[in-house]
Amino acid sequence: MGALQNNTQLRFLTCGSVDDGKSTLIGRLLHDAHLILDDQSQSLEADSKRFGTVKDGIDYALLVDGLEAEREQGITIDVAYRYFQTPKRSFIVADTPGHEQYTRNMATGASTAELAVILVDARKGLLTQTRRHSFIAHLLGIRHVLLCVNKMDLVDYAEDVFAAIERDYLAFAAALDFESVSAVPVSALNGDNVTAKSGQMPWFNGKCVLDFLETVQVGAGKDSAGARLPVQWVCRPDGDFRGFAGNVSGAALRPGDAVVIEPDGAPTSIQSIETYDGNLDVAVPGQAVTLTLADDVDVARGDVIRHADSPTQTSDQVQAHLIWMSPQAMIPGRQYEIKIAAASARAWVSDLRYAINVNTLEHVAQKTLSLNDVGVCNLSFDRRLAVDAYKACPRTGAFILIDRETNETVGAGMIDFALRRSLNLTRQKLSLDKEVRSESLRQKPAVLWFTGLSGAGKSTVANIVDQKLHLAGRHTYMLDGDNVRHGLNRDLGFTDADRVENIRRIAEVAKLFVDAGMIVLVSAISPFRSDRDMARDLMQPGEFFEIHVDASLETCEQRDPKGLYARARRGEIANFTGISSPYEVPKAAELRIDTDAVDPESAADMIIKLLDKR
Amino acid sequence: MNVAAMNSLNNLQRLESDSIHILREVAACFERPVLMYSIGKDSSVLLHLAMKAFHPAKPPFPLLHVDTTWKFREMIEFRDHRARELGLDLIVHINEDGVKRGVSPFTSGATIHTDVMKTEALKQALSLHKVDCAIGGARRDEEKSRAKERVMSFRDANHVWNPRQQRPELWDLYNCRVGPGESVRAFPLSNWTEADVWHYIRAENIPVVPLYYAAERPVVERGGQLIMADDDRLELQPGEEIRTEKIRFRTLGCYPLTAAVRSDAADLDAVIAETLSSRRSEREGRIIDFDQSASMEKKKREGYF
Repeated sequence: MGALQNNTQLRFLTCGSVDDGKSTLIGRLLHDAHLILDDQSQSLEADSKRFGTVKDGIDYALLVDGLEAEREQGITIDVAYRYFQTPKRSFIVADTPGHEQYTRNMATGASTAELAVILVDARKGLLTQTRRHSFIAHLLGIRHVLLCVNKMDLVDYAEDVFAAIERDYLAFAAALDFESVSAVPVSALNGDNVTAKSGQMPWFNGKCVLDFLETVQVGAGKDSAGARLPVQWVCRPDGDFRGFAGNVSGAALRPGDAVVIEPDGAPTSIQSIETYDGNLDVAVPGQAVTLTLADDVDVARGDVIRHADSPTQTSDQVQAHLIWMSPQAMIPGRQYEIKIAAASARAWVSDLRYAINVNTLEHVAQKTLSLNDVGVCNLSFDRRLAVDAYKACPRTGAFILIDRETNETVGAGMIDFALRRSLNLTRQKLSLDKEVRSESLRQKPAVLWFTGLSGAGKSTVANIVDQKLHLAGRHTYMLDGDNVRHGLNRDLGFTDADRVENIRRIAEVAKLFVDAGMIVLVSAISPFRSDRDMARDLMQPGEFFEIHVDASLETCEQRDPKGLYARARRGEIANFTGISSPYEVPKAAELRIDTDAVDPESAADMIIKLLDKR
Repeated sequence: MNVAAMNSLNNLQRLESDSIHILREVAACFERPVLMYSIGKDSSVLLHLAMKAFHPAKPPFPLLHVDTTWKFREMIEFRDHRARELGLDLIVHINEDGVKRGVSPFTSGATIHTDVMKTEALKQALSLHKVDCAIGGARRDEEKSRAKERVMSFRDANHVWNPRQQRPELWDLYNCRVGPGESVRAFPLSNWTEADVWHYIRAENIPVVPLYYAAERPVVERGGQLIMADDDRLELQPGEEIRTEKIRFRTLGCYPLTAAVRSDAADLDAVIAETLSSRRSEREGRIIDFDQSASMEKKKREGYF
C-alpha cells in the first residue's frame, strides 16, 4: 500500500490490428496479473458468449472494446484507455485501432504515450501496418518501442522465426531514431511471456512483457529545450497578489531564476513559487504551480515564461508536420484557429510542401490534405508566438487546428522549426502613408464587399453605387470577380482550393487600393465565410463593409443572366455555387439586401447611407 | 504534495498536476462553468483539486448539486458544511416538477427516478444557469463507455453526447470552443483509478462523508442487497425487517439505489486495504447500472453525467 502511493506512472500505447491480438494481450495482462475483478469477469463471460469471436473461450478483447458498435462489429473504433497498477507502477494504456482509416485515432493515443507496444503476427512478419504504426509513433515523439511477436504458439515457438522478425524490425526502425527497441516473443492467447517467462521458449533471454513494462526507464519530463511555463491563468485574488499559473515543462524552475516573458521578450526573475501546500524551493517538470515575478511586467494567458538561458523560437511562421483529422479537406490559405500550449491565434497553411504516404514513407505532391493524411507544411500565424521544435519541447511544439465555423478539431501538428524568413523580411515603411493619401483625396477609404449567389444582382447594385459615388466626387475603383479572373487570376479554376486563392488575391488587391485611399467595390460570389472573414481581417476596423446581396436560388435561376444555371443543371459546369458547391450565408454582414423585394436604385441608396454614417 | 526531494513526479503527483491543468483550462476558456458536486469521494477530490488550482484565490466557479431528494441525510449535512467551511457558492437544484408528480425510486422504479430526478434535473439546471461547462468527477476506469470519453466531452444544444462523433483530443490541448447553447462536460479525474482516489484522500487528508467508513447502521436485505433505512420513506415489504449491521458504502447516491457492503473497515487505512483486496468493482453497488446491457452508454447519450 505504501509502495502504491509512491509508485511511478508509465503511459503506453498498444498498436496492431484486431487480427494481431492486441486487445487479447491487454486482456491477458490484466487477467494474469489478477487485475480483473469478479463481477467484471462474470460479465466478460456473458459478453463472450454473446459477441465473442473466440470459439468456446473468453474473448479478452471485449474487456477493452466498450462502445456498443464496437462490441457488435468486433472492432476497435476509438481510443480506449485502460488502467492497471502493480506495486511497482501505475499504467495508463491507450488502446487504438489499427486500420489505416483510423490513423487519427492512433495519433491521438500516441500523443500522450511514452512507449509503444507494437504487435506483429509471428506467421506474417512485418506488414505495411507495422511500418505505419511505427512511423506514427515516431512522428508523435515516442522514443521507446516494445515489439511483441505474437502467436508464437502457431509457429511451434520457433526461435528462428522470432529472430528473423526482430532483425527485420531493427533494420526498418533504424531510420526512425527510437532511443530503445526491445522485442519479446509471446502467445497472448495462452499467456506465454506475458506476466511470467514461458517454459515453451527457454531460448528467450529477455524479460516478459509485464516485467519489461515495470522496469523500463523512459525519462519522462526532460526536454532538451529547457524550462518553460506556458501561462494558463492569471491569479489575482486581490490588488496585491499577481501570480501566473501553469505547468512547468522541460526542466526545473527555482525562485531567483532569471526568466524572459515570450513572445514580447521582457526580462525579469522568479520571486516565488506558490502552491496550496506552501511555497516551493523548486518546481519540477509536469508540476502545476503559480509563479510570482520580481518586476511588474505585462503577462497574459498564452504567454510563455521561459528560463533566461533557454530561448524559445519566436516567430509567425513555422514548418510543421500536420495530421489531418477532418472529412473536410485542409486547403492552403484557409484560416483556422490554432491552439498551442495556452496560446490561441489564427493560422493558415501558406505552403503544403508535400504529403507523406504513411505506408511507404514516400513524399507525395498534393494540393490539399484529406482525412488521415500526414503532410509537411509551412504554417503562418496572425501574430508572433513563442514556440519550440516538438522534439525539443512537446508542450510548446504541439498544436491543434480548430475549424472556426464548426468548432471541430480538424488537425494536429508538430513543429519542426520556426521559419526565420518572416523575421528577415521587414515590411517597407512607406513615407507617404494611408492617412496622408486619403486626406488628399478628402475621403475615408473603405471596402464594399458584395457577396451572394450568381445572378443575385451584385454587379448591378455595385455599378449603381460606383456611379453615384463618382458623381458625389468620391474616388472609387471596382474589382469585379469575373473580370479579375480574366487577368490576375487567369490561372485559377473553381475547386475549393482555387476559390480560396481567388478571394485571397482579390482581398490583397483591395487592401492596396485602401492603402492608396480609395473606396473599393468588390463584387464576387465569395461563397466561404472563412475567406470573407480573412478579407475583413486584412483591413482596419470600420473599413470593411460586407454586403450580402440576397435572392433565393429560384429567383437567381429564373434570372440566369449568363445562362450559367442552365448549364450547371445540365452538368456542364462542375462546382457551381448553389447547385454543386455550397454558399455559406453571412452571419454578421453590415447590410443584407433582399433583391427579391428591393430594387437596385434603393439598394444603392441604402449602401451609400451606410457609408456616410461613419 | 512536497516534491522538493525528488526531481520527477510520482503517479499521484502527475495525476494531480494534470487535473489542475484541466481545471485551469476550464476557468480560462469558458464563460459560465460550474463544478458538479455530488458529495461522494470523487467529488471531494475534485473540490480539493479546485482549491489547489486557483490558490491563493478561490475557485472562480460555483458548486452545483442536483438533489434528487433521496440522498443520504449525512450527505446533505456534509455538503452544506463543506461549502460553508470553504466559503464557496453552492447551487442546489431539485426537479420540482418530478417532486410534484411524486416520482420516487420505490414507486417509479430506478430507471424513471434516475431519468427524471437526475438526468432531467441536471439538464434543467444547466439550461437555467446557462452553464457552458460542467466539471464532473467521473473516471474512465469506472465503466466501459466512460473509457472512451474525452476529458472535454462535447454536448450539443440538447445535452446529447455522440460517442461516434467525438472531437479528437491530443496531448493536453483541449478544444474548449462551443456554439450558442452547446456545452462541454469536463472530467479532470479521467485518468484516476479508484485506488488513486483513496490514496490521494489519505495523502492529502481530504474529508469524506462518514458513510464510507463502517459503522452500525439500520438496514434491510432486499433482492440480495443491503439497503440502508435512512429515513421513514423506506416501506417494509412482507417478511422484511430492519436490523442493525456493521456496513459501509463504496459509492454514494440515492439511498434506496445504493447497496451497502458488510465491512469492519472503520477508518481510511482499513478502507484502502479493503478496496485494494476487493474482488468486486465499485459500481456493483449501483443498482441503475444493471437495468439493461450497455446501460451507461445509453444514459450518457441522453445526457446523464
